[in-house]
Parts: sequence; structure tokens; C-alpha cells
Amino acid sequence: MNEMNEVRKPPVATTGIIGWLRINLFFNWTNSLITLFVIYCLYQFIPWILDWTIFSADFKYNYLGEQITNQEMCSRNLDPENGGACWAVIYVRFYQFIYGFYPKVEVWRVNVAYVMLAFALLPLLYAKLPYRKYFLYFTYIFPVIAYFLLNGGLGFAEVSTNKWGGLLVTLVLGCTGIALAFPIGIMLALGRRSKLPVISMMCTLFIEFIRGVPLITLLFFGMVMLPLFLPEGIDMDGLVRVLVAVTLFQSAYMAEVIRGGLQAIPPGQYEAAKSLGMSYWRMNLLIILPQAIRISIPPIVNTSIGLFKDTTLVIIVGILDLLGIGRGTLADTNWLGLSYEIYFFVSLVFFIFTFGMSRYSLYLEKKLKTGINMGAD
Amino acid sequence: MRSNIGFFSDEKFRSIFFQTLVVGLFALGLFFVISTTSYNLEKRNIATGWSFLQNPAGFDISFSPFLEFKSTDTHLKVYFVGVLNTLLVSVTGCIAATILGFILGIVRLSSNWLLSRLVYIYVEFSRNVPLLLQIILWYSILIQLPRVKQSLQVLDVFYISNRGLYSPRPIFESGFSYVSIAIVLALISSFLINRWAKKRQDKTGQQFPVFSSSIGLIFIVPLILFFILGSPLSFEHPELKGFNFKGGLVIRPEFIAMFLALSIYTAAFISEIVRAGIMSVSKGQREASAAIGLKQTWIMRLIIIPQALRVIVPPLTSQYLNLTKNSSLGIAVGYADLVHGFGGISLNQTGQAIECMAIVMATYLSISLTISFFMNIYNRSIQFKEK
Repeated sequence: MNEMNEVRKPPVATTGIIGWLRINLFFNWTNSLITLFVIYCLYQFIPWILDWTIFSADFKYNYLGEQITNQEMCSRNLDPENGGACWAVIYVRFYQFIYGFYPKVEVWRVNVAYVMLAFALLPLLYAKLPYRKYFLYFTYIFPVIAYFLLNGGLGFAEVSTNKWGGLLVTLVLGCTGIALAFPIGIMLALGRRSKLPVISMMCTLFIEFIRGVPLITLLFFGMVMLPLFLPEGIDMDGLVRVLVAVTLFQSAYMAEVIRGGLQAIPPGQYEAAKSLGMSYWRMNLLIILPQAIRISIPPIVNTSIGLFKDTTLVIIVGILDLLGIGRGTLADTNWLGLSYEIYFFVSLVFFIFTFGMSRYSLYLEKKLKTGINMGAD
Repeated sequence: MRSNIGFFSDEKFRSIFFQTLVVGLFALGLFFVISTTSYNLEKRNIATGWSFLQNPAGFDISFSPFLEFKSTDTHLKVYFVGVLNTLLVSVTGCIAATILGFILGIVRLSSNWLLSRLVYIYVEFSRNVPLLLQIILWYSILIQLPRVKQSLQVLDVFYISNRGLYSPRPIFESGFSYVSIAIVLALISSFLINRWAKKRQDKTGQQFPVFSSSIGLIFIVPLILFFILGSPLSFEHPELKGFNFKGGLVIRPEFIAMFLALSIYTAAFISEIVRAGIMSVSKGQREASAAIGLKQTWIMRLIIIPQALRVIVPPLTSQYLNLTKNSSLGIAVGYADLVHGFGGISLNQTGQAIECMAIVMATYLSISLTISFFMNIYNRSIQFKEK
């Protein structure tokens, strides 16, 4: 009787590592062949890429032990057989990549702003932060502080925006664009769903127009046409003009995402709020928007990733963001021909930011269990 | 009760009041912008109007595969060359991205763990790196290819160098028009056969070898005609003369870089859409079709893909729109598309920013609207139909 009740173990071939390998890699003949082929390709490729990026690469010194100051001193240019990537260009130009041409004496201000940005983002990203309310107050006043820190004023020496560059410009454009587009997007989304035909039509036209043209034409609009629209004497800063274009662009996409959230709110919520005698604005602010925004956070993060990547387009109108600094470095005769190293580095920086954001959006999606995605990129 | 409500609380009055207010403010803003703009234009001596379109452009366009372009041609022709180049890279990019995206999306769902991980890594890398960076990277790889004199030779007829890809140019002789007419007729008739066969199968259950008969019509009939007419097609081979190739068909590195970057970048998004679409088809569908004895490939083609398409097509449309709009990034590598040729060089030469940008924006809007229009028709045709 006892022996009958004994539970038999599953076959060795279906559990543990062997089972996993069998099911996932060697399920049948074709599968095994594919696996072996892929392993062979990886075996050829991975050692080569590791060798190029790390083992035979120069970081600060070449293989003769000299500190590299220009491309001729890179190991691979001294001896093509002996050397991989020349990361020294990143090392030498690191300051420009991070701060642009910001004066060295004042650079502590940028560093303070970077640290403060991290603190300002903290309560937005992490809902369970202790004392979140007080952190949020800081988030609200952060843009003002950052403006005076970076631009000058209030006793700080002025640093004109044409000295800004690199990661600084990328982050300023990305963060400001997203932060400004959020309220404008909400207004546009509410406007598009408004019962007043004129307002709804105007918002719809605006959103569809912006979504129908490429960002680059809006940047040209900001650079070439905006100065013509303004009266004499008002001279807009180049970065501000680009920011206007980026914000307009992002707010249209943000509006569509938030509209998707608004559409997901059951009509009962509206009816209940109205039956309590709430006005249009009270109903939206207290009942509808908090729910709509909550469910549209993952797609909002996704459009923000898109904007962050699109900030690179500003190099076409002559603003030096991270990619712009990279191209500028390549145009320097000292660093000619190091395009792979520079583009690799710039890609890596962007990848870290955007991949981080997309992982965060996935985490939120899981947490909210909404899984709504409006196909935004 | 009614008398207690002030007229401002009346919904009708408020609606009219606010809308008039908005329209008034908008008109005021518009008036302000127009008056300052016309003042600014006058002060800067910038001409207005559309007559500049008839002026000679005065610059050359290096890549114009459809229209012959000389520097004495007008700005209007620059515009047409730009539109054609934009459409060329968008259409070829969309086709390549769709094919690559579908393959990758299906491979991503493969039971082979290693393969699906590889596709995952590809998707994450190409989605998360800015497209502009990818375009510039491809371009920098292409212009680092060997010079013309040391160009790589493929199959003895293709030459790859830092000036682009040179291939033989087909020259159509007089009889070739009959062959092309035959191809068009074959395409139409195979489409009709397809419809007829489907109808017959729905009615009687009898199948018709649509695929093989279409292949026969489209390929074999024109081929026979081609040889009967005495092969009215010859090739002009590129020849190295001095520092460059003469003759032949040339595909410039700007175009190749744009094409590769756009299709690889968009394919990553499409593969995720395809994956989500296939996963949205319930497992029971696959099991049921296996139970009635369909072959693996048929299950995919007849059961899974048609149902997945309903989920796939709407986001696919927005990817096509994105790709078309992203083709405007050609300006970064000097691809003479609408933005670079007309919105860039022509604008700088004439200074008529408002007119040029208005035309460029209007063109993009109409391209976008056209794509959505056709994709909406297609979308409607594949949605569930109640019988």
C-alpha cells in the first residue's frame, strides 16, 4: 500500500537544467541545428567584439604607455595589427560630452542641477517614497531653481545658452519638453473631447496637424519662421525656439495618450460627479483626470522615450546636444576617423536612459495591471 | 427655480460666450502675427508670393533617379524631385520593414530560446537608440568603404564603393512594352482568379491551385513572350573611367544609409506589434486547427495570421506614418528629399521661409492622410464580417 502511494518523480529529461535545455534548445532536429548554428555565430562574434571594445582597446594610454592626445597616438593607428577601440577620445572630450562648452569655473552649478534633478524625479518615479509630499514641493520649484542655476541671475554669473551642450542640452530639452507638454497635453485632450464644437474642432486640428508633420519641419518652423512672427526687439534664444517646437510636438502626442486614458473612464464616473453638483473643472480635476492619468502613465512614459530620442534632431538646426558634440569631435582633425568609438558611446548613453525608461514603464504596467498601449513609440 | 440662475450660469449662454471668446482671441492673435510678419518681411526685403517656384534653382541634386535634374531647372522641379525621393525611401523602407518585422516577430515567438533572445536583444537595441544616430552611423560605415578604384566586386556586375552601389542599368527596347503589358494583364487576371477561386471554394468547397496558376501567369507567360520578341532588353554595365564609374545604375550611399536605418529601426517596432498580434490569438484556435488536421504552416497562414492581422494593422499604420515622417531625417546625411532639397536648399536660396515650410508641411500632411486613408480601407476589409 505504501509503495503504491509513493509519488514517482518526473523523468530526468523534463526537469532541471537538462529538461530546460531539451525543451528550449534541442526540442527537435531543426531546433538543435538552429541552436548549434547560433552558438557558432556567437562564438565567432563575441570574442571579436570583446577584444575590440575591451581587451585590445586603449582607454587612456596606448600600448606604448603614452597618454593619448590625438588619433595618431591610438594603438590601432600606430600598428593596425595591435589595437581595438580608442576610447581615449571619450576620456579627453568627456567634459564636452557632459557639459558642452560650459565655463569650467561655473560647472559646479550644472553638477548641482544634475543632482537636484535626480531628487526632483524621485517622488515622481517612486510612489512609496517616505515624505513624498515634501519631495514633491521640491519637484515643483525645481524648474525655477534649475533656470537660475544654469542660466544665471540671482547673483550667479550669466552663462549664455550657446555655451551649453552635450548631455546638458539633451536633458534640458527632454525634461523641459516633457514637463511643459504634460499640462498642455491635458488641456488639448480635454479640449478635443469638449462639447463646445469650436473648441473641440480647434484642438483636433492642432493635434492632427502636429502629428501629421515631421518634427524636423517644426524645428525649422521654430528656427526660421518664429522670429518673423514676433515684433522687433523680441529676440528669442536659439534653445528657447527649439524648446517651443519640441513642446508643441510633444504636447500633441501627449494629448492623444491622455485622451486614450479619458476614453477608458466609464461614463458612470462623469454622471456620479455631475450628480454631486460638481462643476466641469472640479469634476475633471478631482474625479476624471486622476484616474485617466493613472492608467495612461505607461504610454506617457513611452511617448517620453520617443521625445528623448527625438531631441537628437536639434543638431540639424545647429544646437549641440550629445550627438552634436560627437559629430563636432569627429570634425576635429585630432580625432578624425574615430566615428565608431564616438557613436558607440553616444548610443550607449541614450540606450541607458531609454532602456531604463522602458523598463520603468513595464514595471508600472505590471503594477497598474492596465497594459494599455496606444501604439506610441 | 429658473429665475434664481443668473444668465451666466445658463449652459447655452456660457457655451456661446466661451466659444466667441476663444474665436475672438484666436483672430486677434492671428491678426497680430500676420501684421508683424508682413512688417518683418518688408523690413528684411524678403519677397512674398509663389513666383519663386518658377525661378531657376541654381544648384545640383546628386540623387534623382526618376527625373533628370539640371541646375537650371526651377524650384518647382526641386520640389517634385524631393517628393519623389521622399516617397522612394518611404515606400521601399515600409516594404522592407514589414517583411523584416514579420519575420522577426515570428522568430521572437520561436520555441528556440537562444533565437528568440537574439531577436529580443536586436529589438531593444534598435528601438532604444535614436534613429538619427543610426542613420549617421550607417552613413559613416558606407563612406568608409573602399574607394572607387578598389571597389568591391560582387558577381562581376555589381561594384560597391564609398560612392555607392553601381549595378547594370536595364535598357528597354521597343518590344519590351508588350512584355510589361503582359505582366500587368497577368497580375490583374491572377487577382481575378484568386477572387473567383475563393468564391467557388466558399460555395462548393472545391479548391483551385491559385498559387501555382498565378505563378505561371505572372512569370512564365511574359517570359515566353519575352523570348518570342527576341529578348528586347539589354544592360548597360558601369565602367571605370578616370576617378568614377560611367554608365550603369547607381544607388548613392545616402539612400542606402536611409533605407537601412529606417527599415531596421521600424522593423524592431513592427516585430513587437506582430508578436503582440500573434499572442492575442487564443491558444484554442491553434489547438482546434491542429485537431482538424491542418499542417503547421497552414495553421499559421490560414488561422493565426488572418486573426492576428486585425490586431496588427492599426498600429502598423502608425508605424508606416512614422517611417514616412522619419524619412525627413535624410537632411542629416544629405539625402535630397523634400525637407533637404526644397525645405533646406531652396529655402536658403530664396529666403521665402513661410512659403517653403507651408508647402513642405502641406505635402507631409497629405502623404500622411493618404496613407491613413488606404490603411483604413485595408483595415476595414480584414475586420470581422458578420455573415
